Amino acid sequence: MNPRYWPLIATITIFVVAYGFAVLQFPALFSTRVLGNLLTDNAFLGVAAVGMTFVILSGGIDLSVGSVIAFTSVLIAVLVTKLGIHPLPAFAFTLLVTTCFGATMGAMIHYLEVPPFIVTLAGMFLARGATFLLTQDSISVSHDFYTWVRQFYYVMPGGGRFTFNGGLMLLVFALGIVVAHRTRFGSYVYALGGNPQSAALLGVPVARTTIGIYAVSSFLAGLSGVVYSLYTSSGYPLAAVGVELDTIAAVVIGGTLLSGGSGFMLGSLVGVFIQGMIQTYIVFDGTLSSWWTKIVIGGLLFGFIVLQRVIVAMSKRDWRRKKYPKTAAAE
Amino acid sequence: MTRPLLYLAKPQFVALALILLVNWILFPGFFNFIVRDGRVYGSLIDVLNRGAPVAILAIGMTAVIATRGIDLSVGAVMAIAGAVAATMVQGDGNALVIVLIAALGVGLLCGLWNGVLVAVLDLQPIIATLILMVAGRGIAQTITEGFIVTFNDPGLIFLGSGAIFGLPTPIIIMVTLAVLATAVLRLTALGLFIESIGVNRSASSYAGLRSRSMLIGVYAFAGFCAAIAGIIAAADIRGADANNVGLWLELDAILAVVIGGTSLLGGRFSIPMSVVGALIIQAMNTGILLSGFPPEFNLLVKAALIIVILVVQSPLAGRAGHFFKAQKPAPQKAPTEARSR
Repeated sequence: MNPRYWPLIATITIFVVAYGFAVLQFPALFSTRVLGNLLTDNAFLGVAAVGMTFVILSGGIDLSVGSVIAFTSVLIAVLVTKLGIHPLPAFAFTLLVTTCFGATMGAMIHYLEVPPFIVTLAGMFLARGATFLLTQDSISVSHDFYTWVRQFYYVMPGGGRFTFNGGLMLLVFALGIVVAHRTRFGSYVYALGGNPQSAALLGVPVARTTIGIYAVSSFLAGLSGVVYSLYTSSGYPLAAVGVELDTIAAVVIGGTLLSGGSGFMLGSLVGVFIQGMIQTYIVFDGTLSSWWTKIVIGGLLFGFIVLQRVIVAMSKRDWRRKKYPKTAAAE
Repeated sequence: MTRPLLYLAKPQFVALALILLVNWILFPGFFNFIVRDGRVYGSLIDVLNRGAPVAILAIGMTAVIATRGIDLSVGAVMAIAGAVAATMVQGDGNALVIVLIAALGVGLLCGLWNGVLVAVLDLQPIIATLILMVAGRGIAQTITEGFIVTFNDPGLIFLGSGAIFGLPTPIIIMVTLAVLATAVLRLTALGLFIESIGVNRSASSYAGLRSRSMLIGVYAFAGFCAAIAGIIAAADIRGADANNVGLWLELDAILAVVIGGTSLLGGRFSIPMSVVGALIIQAMNTGILLSGFPPEFNLLVKAALIIVILVVQSPLAGRAGHFFKAQKPAPQKAPTEARSR
C-alpha cells in the first residue's frame, strides 16, 4: 500500500481503538449524546482546522487563528449589541474583514519573501490588539436570531442533538475535502507544499495561490469565530487563546506532513475528534485533571511526527531501490 | 575609522533612544533615580528589571536561531523550572543550592530533549519544540498538582527581588549571562561553528564539525536560559503559576532576537543586540503603561514593529535601496530563500 495513507490509517486506528477502550470502561460513552456533544463542542476548532490544513499542506503555518476567532466574536458582539445590526449582515461584514486580513498576510509572505511564521505572528498580535481596541470586557449577545439558531437542531435516536454548529463543521469539512482533492486550487496547494520552486516552474501561480491560501485560512478562522459566537453567545477579547496550537495539533495528529505537500483533509477531522475524545474521557473519568489533555496531545504529536519521519525515510529508500523499466527509446 | 561611533549608530540603539525619549516626554520623571535603603529605584531600572526574563530567554534563543532553528518551548520550560523550584523549596524545604541545581537541571533536560529531536531525529525545529510547548504546561501542572505553589524562602526570593550593589538581582544575572555567553561564543570558535551550521549544516558536517552535538548543546543552552528566566519569574511573584508564567514569552524572545538583527535564516547573530532588542520591547511596554493606555495596546505596537522590520529587511526593500544608492557598494544581506521556515 502507498505509505502516503499510513498516517491517515494510523490516526483512524488510534481513534477507533481509543474510543473502544473508553467505551469498555464507560459504556455510557457509546451514545449519540456524546457524539452530538463531540460535534458541537469542537465545531469551532474543526472549522479552523480546515483552514489550517490548507496552510500546512502548502508548507506554511498560521499563528493568527486564535486571535482572529476572538476578534470575530468580539466584532460581531459589538455590531449586534452596540450598533443594533442584525447578526447575518454582521457575520458577512466580519467574514469580509477577516478574509482581507488573511489575503494581506498572504501577500506579505509572498512579496516580502518572509517566513509565514513571522508574518502570522504579527497578524496574531495585530488581531488580538484590535480586539482589545474594540472592547476590554466580555459582551454577551442576546438576539432572537441566536435563540432561533439554538433551537435549530435535530434529535438523533438516543437523544443526542445534532446542532447547527456541528452540522456546519461537517459541511465545511466536506467542502474542504472537495476543494483540497478535487479542484485546481487544491492541487496548486499540494504542489506548493511539495516544492515551491518546482511548482513555480511548472506554472503554478504562486502569488495568487499563496494569497488565496491565507485568505481561506483567515476566512475559516472568521467562520470559526462566528460558530464560537453562536456557541457562547458572547464576545470576549481573551477568548480562544492558544487555539492555533490546538488546530495545528489536530492537523498533525490527522497525519498531515508539517513540511507540506502530503496529507488528507479527512485526517484533520479525525484529529479534532481525538482531541475532543480525550477531553470527554477526562470529564467521564472525573479523577484525571484537565492538564492531562495537554500532555496526551503532546505525546500524540510526538508519536505522529516520528511516524512521519519513518515514512519519509522509507519512501526515500524505496525510491532509490526502484529499478526503472527501460523505455522504448532506450531499446 | 570611527568604528565605536558607527556601532552606536545602529538602528537598534537609535530606536531604543527614540523610545526612551518619547517616554521621557510623556513622563518627565523617566530618567530620575532615587537611592533608598542602598537600592536604586527609577523607571529606567524598572525597564531593565522587567526586561530581564525576556532578555535571558533571548540570549539562548539567539544561539538557536543562529543555527537556523527556533525554540517555541522556552515559555513552557520557564513554567516547568519555576514549578520545580517552588515545589522543592516549599514542600520538602531543600537547601537553596539543591533547588537551583534541580530547576536548572530540568531546564537543561528539556533543552536536551529538543536538541535530540532536532539533531538526531532530524525534525524541523519549529515542530520539534512545538511538542514541548504543548505538553510543557501540562507537565508543570502535574508538578504543582494544579495549584499556584507559593513560597517564602528568602534565598529564592532574593533572586527575583533582591539587590546586589544597589541593582536588582535580575539585572545582574542578565548582564552576567550576556557577558559570559558572548565571551564563550566570540572569544572561541564556538560562535563561528554555530553560524556555519546555520548557513549550511551538511557542509559544516563534511568540514569536520560535530554539528549534531553542537546542535544538542545549543538547544540545551536555550533550555538552561529558560530555566534561569523561569526561576527569576517565580521568585519575583514568590510563587509558581504553571498556567501563566512565561505565557507567550517565547514570541517576545523571538521578536527581541529579530529586532537585534539576528537573521531568522541563520548564519549570523549578536547576543548583545538581542538583549538591546529585549530592552526595546520592554521600554515600549513601560511607556504604554506610563501613558495610561491599556497594556493590551502593546500588542498593536509590537505588530506594527514586526511589520516595519519585515519591510525593511525584505529583499524588496533591499532592491529598492540598491536602486537608490547604486554608487555605493551593496549592503551585506543575509541569504534569502523564498518560503523557508
